[in-house]
Amino acid sequence: MKITINGKVVNANDGDYVLQVARANDIFIPAICYLNDCSPTLACRMCMIEVDSKRSYACNTKVKEGMQILTNTKELWDERNAIMQTYCINHPLQCGVCDKSGECELQNFTHKAKVDTQSFYIKDIDRRHKDWGMLQYDPSLCIVCERCITVCKDKIGDNELKTVARGGEAPAKEFKETMSKDANAVWAKFQKSLIAPQNEESLQCQECAECVSVCPTGALINKNFQYRSNAWELSKIPASNPHSSDCELMYYDVKQKSINDNSKMIYRVSNDFHFASLSKAARFAFDIANECKFKDEKEFNHLVSLFKDGKIKNVKFNSYITNEEAYILELLRQKYSFNLVNNEALCFQNFINNFIYHAKEFYNASSNDIKKSDFIISLGSFLRNDHISLYYNINNAIVMNKGAGLNFYPIKDKKIDKISKNFINVNYNFSDEAKVLEFILQYFAKDLPSELSHLANEYEECTKEVEVKTKDEQGNEVKQIQSEIIKKSSLAKMINFDEDKLKDLLIKKNNFTLIIGADCIYNPNASYIAYLCACVQKYTNFKVFIIPPRTNTLGVSLLCKLSKEEDGFTLGYNERGDFSFSNDEHNNLLSSMLNQQEGTFTNYDKRLVPTNAALKFDGYFLNDLANALGLNAEYTIEYTKKLPLNKGFKNIDFDNLSNYYDNAGNNHRGYLLNTQEYVKNLDFQASIKEYKKFELNNDDVIVLANPIANFSKYTNKSSSFNECACLYASKNYLTKHNLKENSMVKISNENEELIVKVVLDENIENSAYLPTYDDKINPFKFFKTHRYCSLNVKEIV
Amino acid sequence: MQRYKKVDENRKLLLSPYEKFIKSVKRCLNTELLVGVFSVINETFKFNTATIKYPFEKIKLDNRYRAVHRLQRFIESESERCIGCGLCEKICISNCIRMQTELGSDGRKLVSNYSINLGRCIYCGFCAEVCPELAIVHGVEYENACEQRAYFAHKKDILTPIDKLKEQVEFEGAGALRKDASAFVKKTPNYYEIELAAKGEENV
Repeated sequence: MKITINGKVVNANDGDYVLQVARANDIFIPAICYLNDCSPTLACRMCMIEVDSKRSYACNTKVKEGMQILTNTKELWDERNAIMQTYCINHPLQCGVCDKSGECELQNFTHKAKVDTQSFYIKDIDRRHKDWGMLQYDPSLCIVCERCITVCKDKIGDNELKTVARGGEAPAKEFKETMSKDANAVWAKFQKSLIAPQNEESLQCQECAECVSVCPTGALINKNFQYRSNAWELSKIPASNPHSSDCELMYYDVKQKSINDNSKMIYRVSNDFHFASLSKAARFAFDIANECKFKDEKEFNHLVSLFKDGKIKNVKFNSYITNEEAYILELLRQKYSFNLVNNEALCFQNFINNFIYHAKEFYNASSNDIKKSDFIISLGSFLRNDHISLYYNINNAIVMNKGAGLNFYPIKDKKIDKISKNFINVNYNFSDEAKVLEFILQYFAKDLPSELSHLANEYEECTKEVEVKTKDEQGNEVKQIQSEIIKKSSLAKMINFDEDKLKDLLIKKNNFTLIIGADCIYNPNASYIAYLCACVQKYTNFKVFIIPPRTNTLGVSLLCKLSKEEDGFTLGYNERGDFSFSNDEHNNLLSSMLNQQEGTFTNYDKRLVPTNAALKFDGYFLNDLANALGLNAEYTIEYTKKLPLNKGFKNIDFDNLSNYYDNAGNNHRGYLLNTQEYVKNLDFQASIKEYKKFELNNDDVIVLANPIANFSKYTNKSSSFNECACLYASKNYLTKHNLKENSMVKISNENEELIVKVVLDENIENSAYLPTYDDKINPFKFFKTHRYCSLNVKEIV
Repeated sequence: MQRYKKVDENRKLLLSPYEKFIKSVKRCLNTELLVGVFSVINETFKFNTATIKYPFEKIKLDNRYRAVHRLQRFIESESERCIGCGLCEKICISNCIRMQTELGSDGRKLVSNYSINLGRCIYCGFCAEVCPELAIVHGVEYENACEQRAYFAHKKDILTPIDKLKEQVEFEGAGALRKDASAFVKKTPNYYEIELAAKGEENV
């Protein structure tokens, strides 16, 4: 479809809003309240346009064939001038100390609309500064554009903010007659309301601070950034989120530490909030860099000699590394033939390879597909806790596409219940993941392969009471209750799901996505589950999305040949080993953090994204070790273009990788992997796909999971988290096991035990979870093959 | 190729050779030379010197002079005028101003340190001109020769000490308010109060 904006003919798709089309074509229409992928609120009215000489608003006008649109006429700008004037009424003239000054949209649009006088006035009211913990709200700076409310509801899914009455006077009547209608409406609305948390006192949210990021003025500010620096003093370094596998685009805002110390420091993390939402981890866990005063040559030489003497049997590492590092490790493995040990990535690698073996292709959904889908099933993922930024996409899809879905997980998350009545929590019993997939196949698949044909028979007959209206002899209507025999899936019954609910949810749904979480991957039946997932992708309408559990799990599992640990000398790279070349506290030789390195990650969209070093690291990089061992590259990023083609990577130089979203929201970050190439070159024989049932006492189950956004030891290192590991339990769990909140408990199985504090997690309804972020305890000793197991918990008196 | 034209090629001599001779004889015999000598001797014995004995004496500079910066205080409240807006840092064309701010214990923006690299500063006065609070101004202290090129003045060096508050002089140079500034004040957002007051008077 073609429309004309300011005389320029542009292409548009049906259902697009004018504002989106204009932005995609680099036509500027001012808008303060509009946020991409969110519902238009029409609070600011700055986006007013003339459609076929009628007044309309670009943010909520859908395109029609042949539209003639004007956006820049003098009348429009006069009205915009009036609107900006109303925003400036009683706005404190404190730009000098405001943190937003320099990147403030109120400033920008006031200049853009050429406001140089103030024609209106009204009595000011007392608006006290509010302290909401991490966030600081200054109502006198707030222009009530409601962007924070919108983003919290439509993207983040917490729905924690609302408008409350301001208690201001209505604009005087004399103005109503003289000023423009829109400006008066904006003013009247703005005089009426203010922002407040749902309970009006404190925030009960995940503190992602996305509302601060979207705030056009300085009304919402992070406490840890307040009055630290002016916007123009900070240089933005584009990077990728190093804490979870969304690897979302973000910027480290960097400046010198102080007047006396010229070394750089990260002051905050900012983002392109229209297209990339960040979790609390990405936004606040930036102060984690390792300072290295000197190069420890002695230890380094010792490490080199360990390699050269062939003493190293295992190299243990985690998935919080770049692709380049993973590739260096793989090259070293080929040279010195040690075992590359990374259990988490190994599980994922096996899962993916099994999946590909059966499906003959890679998992086919991306986060963008999730955003577009209107029916989402999530299986085996403790959604908000495991991958909060993926949950943003799900919430966005459910809210914006009027979508529906099912969240299959044994633990009930109350916040997920709140986002929509059409997104239903289904709590199956732990270890029944395969049953859920079998049910999905039974319900949605068209023609199943012979191995799964038995699913078609897994129905049982049951009686259902139906009201039937009949006429008796006198011709009166009589209601009779008859019992009818119907067929119901026995699989649905097994997973505590009433399949009748599905019928309503599926009305008018076209785009289906299945999300596979960590419970399926760390599972003794992983290969069978992977086979079922492959069948879902092959035989149903569902697109399948498998969540890589850590930042670069996907990259590591594509690049490295991983194996199990054997007896012998272990080098820990960023992990604890006999020799630790690591970035945590216990190390023989210090290594760098991810914000001190250049490199690339492979994110969950199978996209290679670049990240830059925000801070300097003076110690040894893995590349220095590789150089000492005979590989040759001046910088780590020289490996970017050497990443193997047969695994789907491309021959592109690091410096030629772009990292941005354009105005239309198109992703220009790095490149998409050529997954077909990986599938073609995959040499993998699938192991048995039999289902082994294992018994668990559901009441005693503890899951290995982290509280929201505290993903790893790296996030926990930052001052914004910095917690001590405890057992997070639901109220239900506490009462069942006779535990008191905040008491010390002993967790044990036959061989191992662990003493931690138990705390209440209000968001979950059953069960408990043990975190991995604290490397002073080792919860992995309980969880060897599963992600969950039955453990005894006893209070210590 | 530019073609040049000689302007006075054909200029005639105004004086004849005879006249010229007479003029030079007059000059030689006249005592004009002695008049100059006499006035020098005269002045010498008056002991009326125009030079000053630097460094024992210093010239009194005008308040508009732009020498080493000063950070001013409010005389009434003794608090610092600087609000940490960073405009001086932004406008400085030789990029020699740097400030460090944080959240103060009273909830206001606190300027914890401030520095000017006087070795780089070109004393253009932009910082004083842009300062909305008349906090950073130029002083009259011009002796800042040093051994290194980089030479920093920190906040403690240039801020008016509380005990010398009485000696603080208002800067009259660029950026300072003109004497009749109040005549130029426009309607403010608080204009309603003035108007209400006016209406109130009418009612009375």
